Amino acid sequence: MLAAQKVSRSFGPVQVLFDIDMTLRAGEVHALIGENGAGKSTLMKILSGYLAPTHGDLMLDGKTVTFLSSEDAEDAGIILIHQEFNLAEQLTVEQNIFLGREIRKGFLLDHKAMRAETERLLRELETRVSPSAKVSDISVSDKQMVEIAKALSRNARVLIMDEPTAVLTNREAAILFRQIERLKQKGTAILYTSHKLDEVARIADRITVLRDGQNVAAVKAGEMNEDQMAQAMVGRELSNLFPPKRDTAGGETVISVKNLSVGDIVHDVSFDLQRGEILGFAGLVGSGRTELMEGIIGVRESSGTIEIGGRPMPLRSVKDARRAGLVYLTEDRKGRGLILTQGMRTNLTLLALDKFTRGTIDGKAEEAALDKAIKEFDVRAPTRQVLVGNLSGGNQQKLLLAKTMLAEPDIVIIDEPTRGIDIGTKQQIYEFIHKLAASGKSVIVISSEMAEVIGLASRVVVMRSGRVTGEVSGDDVNEDVIVRYAMGLEGRKYQSDD
Amino acid sequence: MTDTSATQAKRPASGFKIDFHVWGPIIALIVLVIAGALMNPNFLSYGNVTNVLARSAFIGIIAVGMTFVITSGGLDLSVGSMAAFIAGVMILIMNALLPSMGVGIGIVLVGMASALVVGLAAGLVNGLLITQARIEAFIVTLGTMGIFRSLITWLADGGTLSLDYSVREIYRPVYYSGLFGVAWPIIVFAVIAIIGEMIMRHTAFGRHCAAIGSNEQVARYSAVHVDRVRLATYVFLGILVGIATIMYVPRLGSASSATGVLWELEAIAAVIIGGTVLKGGFGRVWGTVVGVLILSLIDNLLNLTDLVSPYLNGAIQGVIIILAVVLQRQKKAAR
Repeated sequence: MLAAQKVSRSFGPVQVLFDIDMTLRAGEVHALIGENGAGKSTLMKILSGYLAPTHGDLMLDGKTVTFLSSEDAEDAGIILIHQEFNLAEQLTVEQNIFLGREIRKGFLLDHKAMRAETERLLRELETRVSPSAKVSDISVSDKQMVEIAKALSRNARVLIMDEPTAVLTNREAAILFRQIERLKQKGTAILYTSHKLDEVARIADRITVLRDGQNVAAVKAGEMNEDQMAQAMVGRELSNLFPPKRDTAGGETVISVKNLSVGDIVHDVSFDLQRGEILGFAGLVGSGRTELMEGIIGVRESSGTIEIGGRPMPLRSVKDARRAGLVYLTEDRKGRGLILTQGMRTNLTLLALDKFTRGTIDGKAEEAALDKAIKEFDVRAPTRQVLVGNLSGGNQQKLLLAKTMLAEPDIVIIDEPTRGIDIGTKQQIYEFIHKLAASGKSVIVISSEMAEVIGLASRVVVMRSGRVTGEVSGDDVNEDVIVRYAMGLEGRKYQSDD
Repeated sequence: MTDTSATQAKRPASGFKIDFHVWGPIIALIVLVIAGALMNPNFLSYGNVTNVLARSAFIGIIAVGMTFVITSGGLDLSVGSMAAFIAGVMILIMNALLPSMGVGIGIVLVGMASALVVGLAAGLVNGLLITQARIEAFIVTLGTMGIFRSLITWLADGGTLSLDYSVREIYRPVYYSGLFGVAWPIIVFAVIAIIGEMIMRHTAFGRHCAAIGSNEQVARYSAVHVDRVRLATYVFLGILVGIATIMYVPRLGSASSATGVLWELEAIAAVIIGGTVLKGGFGRVWGTVVGVLILSLIDNLLNLTDLVSPYLNGAIQGVIIILAVVLQRQKKAAR
């Protein structure tokens, strides 16, 4: 239906796509996979009219087409669902879904028809979000569902999805896959990217692998298993993704959290962390793990006690926490971690700026720190002056790690260390976390990816609805046990409202 | 697509093209100076230059403080009324102390100190309402703008507050005299501008202002005391308004409800013309200084030449402000 022929694209002197051929067929799910920075996003933007190819053509139904804008492409039935949401935060769900193509009755809006249509779409997606809810008030996964509803309402012939499941829970992802299946039956062509290879293996009919802007493989789904996909993406064999675990039981306790509650979200949580340990926090999205950690480091009001090195330590701000040797690496690197409109240097030193300041800021020392960070964390940037918003997700995450480590913490809390990051970078980050623990620091890892928690942590705390439902260690650290705690099938029972 | 074509068009020419974001204000200033010199031989005379610079010092001193407020994502509409209020309080205090203290340097120093204290207090009120009561800066300062303006009108009983002539004589040199032929207001403005530029570029405070203006969440998660920095920008601005008023009072020796009218808009305009982003996240003090000079030069030129009626001054300033922002945006689109 839609095809790219020898499509290339350069940004200034840097060529990011090389002669890509790709054909999307009606009623087929085509998966596009590759590491961060391989050119997936660029290719998707070209297909959907956001960018023009430097060379090469787009063919729609066998005829060459040129899209002057994304609206052009949308009119032709090609719709891109962005990884970063394109929703107007102050408008309601319904207003967003019909934004720009409101149903009218004469001069006035036909609220009734739009409400009915919105309700139908949301019902199909099995989400509980209300059509009249303000987008700024709904959760990230609900926003993704609204984006999908919006695309569905536009009767897409070609639907392009950029990592739609990155922020969805398994249950929500399953609903999405059912919708994809339904669209397929209707003859929609779907292009889909994801870093979750099991997902790709499950739903794709055809797979294209990009590496460094080159098309390195284009096969039918059955012809490639997950290992082969990963290999094709990285271009080398991936041995063990996780470094071997070390036994750290019986070490001295560095932080002890007792009966901590945060607002209505986290209730009465207690746990200890030993020196050199990697402690995992598992649970469903919305189980209160992030809020717990934000309560500990002082960005949210909390009650309860926190003891660091055996002494009670009231932490009222991030600065207090930092002084006590505790840092938190946010899950939201674009909203809370990095200033996208600034360069790498100012971002890197923002948290530990006092180390570079004696009255005035020592610019040379900052540059030296950036040199070191680029080397140590393998940050790949086109130029030193690049705005952080133009770095790929993996490189942003590395820079965020570098920024956090510049504060020389003893205890590091890492929230979703590898969300939206390719497998090669993932391995580097796991390796890094492991080294950190080996050097005597203590690490807490929050992750919604079960494999990550299990692969990294020697002990795992499981949360559900704001409470700790279980703690597992040793051989009990496996998916079965953790999921049972996370779903509330096992462990301490509490009255919960869901 | 729009940004694609912009990149493509821009790339080959990037070697020759002037970066308007950096050079725009400076080029505009140079063009104005040359145009002025050609149109009127008196333009570059010592007397005229001193006059222009001394008169722009009030707005300039305030605009330096405004640069910090805007860079950290805030706004202060109250500075003009605040200046009038401070001037009124200052004059009342000096007149009241005259019988007990007598005429002397002492009474002027007390007056100056009171200006700084009132400025600090006014800035503190603005800052606390914004950071602690969490009311939007626009609303808070719109409110205090009305309050200060009304207070000075009330203090002056609808008329004019005049400084006693005996004190005026001692105080006069602060505006009219100077050092090595440079008037005091110009020296004070220059010193404040240099210190401001240093703070903005080379201290953690300046960095934190830009961080808060870019993304408050990131700043908070990076151990920046967001509220404290915000509050500091308003207090800093309040003190600078106090300093500007100290320089202003000896000029006329009086204050009325007409004092400092529209100063806030001139200060904000200078900041924007200088390249500071109105939404916050990026600010530069030297740009603000250039912006102030551009605005007062236009005013001066229109008065000196009969090319355009001086009544059109406001219109020309308006065009310059809009043009400045348009040029900055082109730069952004090309990125």
